[in-house]
Amino acid sequence: MSNKDAYWNKTKNHMIVTLVLWAFFSLVIFMFGSELNTMSFLGYPLAYYMTAQGSLLAFVIILFWTANKQEKIDEEHGFSEREDD
Amino acid sequence: MFKGDFIQNLPKIYGTYTGGFIVFIILMALAEQAGVSAKNIGVMFVAFTVLIYALIGYLSRTVQVDAYYVAGRQVPTVFNGMATAADWMSGASFVALAGGVYFGGYTYMAFLVGWTGGYVLVATLMAPYLRKFGCYTVPDFIGTRYGGNLVRACSVFVLFIASFTYVTAQINATGTIASRALGIPFEAGVWVGLISILICSMLGGMRAVTWTQVAQYIVLIIAYLIPVFWISSNVGGGIFPHLMLGDEVARLGELEQQFGLVKNSAADMKAAGVPGGLKYISGSHSGVPEGGMAVWKYLSLAICMMVGTASLPHILMRYFTTPTVRAARKSVAWSLFFIFLLYSSAPMLATLSKLALMDPNLPTGIIGKSISEVQSIEWVQRWSEVKQVFIADFNGDGILQLNEWFMRGDVVVLATPEVAGLPFVISGLVFAGGMAAAMSTADGLVLAISNALSHDIYYKIINPKAETAKRLLVARVLLVIIGAAGAYIASFRLTSILGSVAWAFDFAMSGLFFPLVLGVWWKRATREGAIAGIIAGIVSGTLYLTWVFPKFSVPMWGGVNTPFLGIDHLRFGLIGAPICLVVMVVVSLMTKEPSPATQKLVDDTRIPTGKAILGKQH
Repeated sequence: MSNKDAYWNKTKNHMIVTLVLWAFFSLVIFMFGSELNTMSFLGYPLAYYMTAQGSLLAFVIILFWTANKQEKIDEEHGFSEREDD
Repeated sequence: MFKGDFIQNLPKIYGTYTGGFIVFIILMALAEQAGVSAKNIGVMFVAFTVLIYALIGYLSRTVQVDAYYVAGRQVPTVFNGMATAADWMSGASFVALAGGVYFGGYTYMAFLVGWTGGYVLVATLMAPYLRKFGCYTVPDFIGTRYGGNLVRACSVFVLFIASFTYVTAQINATGTIASRALGIPFEAGVWVGLISILICSMLGGMRAVTWTQVAQYIVLIIAYLIPVFWISSNVGGGIFPHLMLGDEVARLGELEQQFGLVKNSAADMKAAGVPGGLKYISGSHSGVPEGGMAVWKYLSLAICMMVGTASLPHILMRYFTTPTVRAARKSVAWSLFFIFLLYSSAPMLATLSKLALMDPNLPTGIIGKSISEVQSIEWVQRWSEVKQVFIADFNGDGILQLNEWFMRGDVVVLATPEVAGLPFVISGLVFAGGMAAAMSTADGLVLAISNALSHDIYYKIINPKAETAKRLLVARVLLVIIGAAGAYIASFRLTSILGSVAWAFDFAMSGLFFPLVLGVWWKRATREGAIAGIIAGIVSGTLYLTWVFPKFSVPMWGGVNTPFLGIDHLRFGLIGAPICLVVMVVVSLMTKEPSPATQKLVDDTRIPTGKAILGKQH
């Protein structure tokens, strides 16, 4: 397998992991909205908290994490760009 | 000023700008103390900020094609994040989001999740690859990847429908805010708004829009956050509302029980003469509605908004402006961070505003008080005059019940500062913020449309030999025409029949999402597949919209139809996008696989390093 193919396989797997996390915070937890709302976080009902703030924050964290992880994959395979940004 | 070390000096330049804006706010506060009228403060806020944007637009003028289309690809990560956030957060987000949460509660907040979660799709599936490709516009990618003028023209068509639906609403918002702040008629406000938008974008294209959007982001976020924090400490919500409103949310639950959530009949509302567009609270603030259908409604709306976000050209094109592929990825993260600052504050503002009006223990509370007393409150009088709030005593007891208080969603953002007893300077600031939000989105949209028409239709299809000067002239003329067309439609207030901004997301996801994703992730996708997919997606989505939306279905289909599986007019992308996918895959597999050259092009797109597919100037 060429370096390019190995790189693309890793990138694909990383994409899938990211989208699984994304689906968890955007879809899966809201399938159980009424159940979650019986629990509380910071004094807010949990489902309310997640839709008002929690999932949004999770997306921000996922995005920074995924960008850093992808940069590592770039480096491993020698596709890292110059430090000029 | 905009050469050489300008990029290194950006933090200093915008730091000074932010400081200057804060000094301006303080000056306005002093002017208010000195007796300058509220109206004049509003005028000065809007006029001062718009002049600054116009100045930035003028200083960013350019005669270079790549500066005009992609800001010379030198916008640093964090600044592109701010510009994208301003591009994204529209006048509607700014003035109506908190109102939506106020009336819609948990169910409405599917929009919040949808409008943020979509960025994960942008970052993983699209932005870095489109950046590597080196295209100027979204149709430029589709046209080059699949090859041929037909597929290019189809994608321009989808872009046009989606963005134009959105832009009339934005120009409408600009006009509303300009007319209220400057005290001029709405129709005049629309044209004032349009001229401000064109000054910011015409001379410098994407470069000018980028640097004005950064300035507009700074104004809009200050204008949104200061009132939220201030109101919170005024009504006892604590100094950091985002972490401290748990008790207030619980208290709203108690008050809802106490006052009762009553649904008014349409006949009662009509008899009482409730003005159109005004709403009342009939649903729970934090409660989750029971039942599988309620869950599906939430999820389907979130899916449409997320997938739509990842297909909207005016957002995707912002990531063409970063210096590198990795900067494009990081920039998506920063964009969402800056969006998060506002979006996470909207539910807090809604909670505070609701509590201020509902809690009888607070001096600002009005529900449960006598109607004559409420009608003598100054802000109630002022907003009643312009038909933004309304009282109907259905049960005739002279006491204001929860279901007897009507207001427009915008009032939550525009009036809560006065309700909570903040000085008028804050209301002036809020006007400036709303104007910044509406202008920055309108700028981005008008530019997305006119760039696609000038680059993809004029230069790539009609006249490939055109010289730079001529291309840029055409681009600018189209910019003015598109803006004027949007303003013309907005000035007739036709937006009520054009429907919701949510439609823009559904149009974009129906016709663009899968052609973009598969263009990068599936080498086997062919030109014929893409053409068939785009056409099938946009046509089926649009037909479904006409079938399900009563205003269209009555004349076209002879009656009102029940939405299929709860897919109503806000969610028609759920019909268009899957059809687009299936048709695209089937037709691709039936046609000959793409040439080795195209496959190599896809391979190169997937690797961050190496030359861009399309040259710096093309």
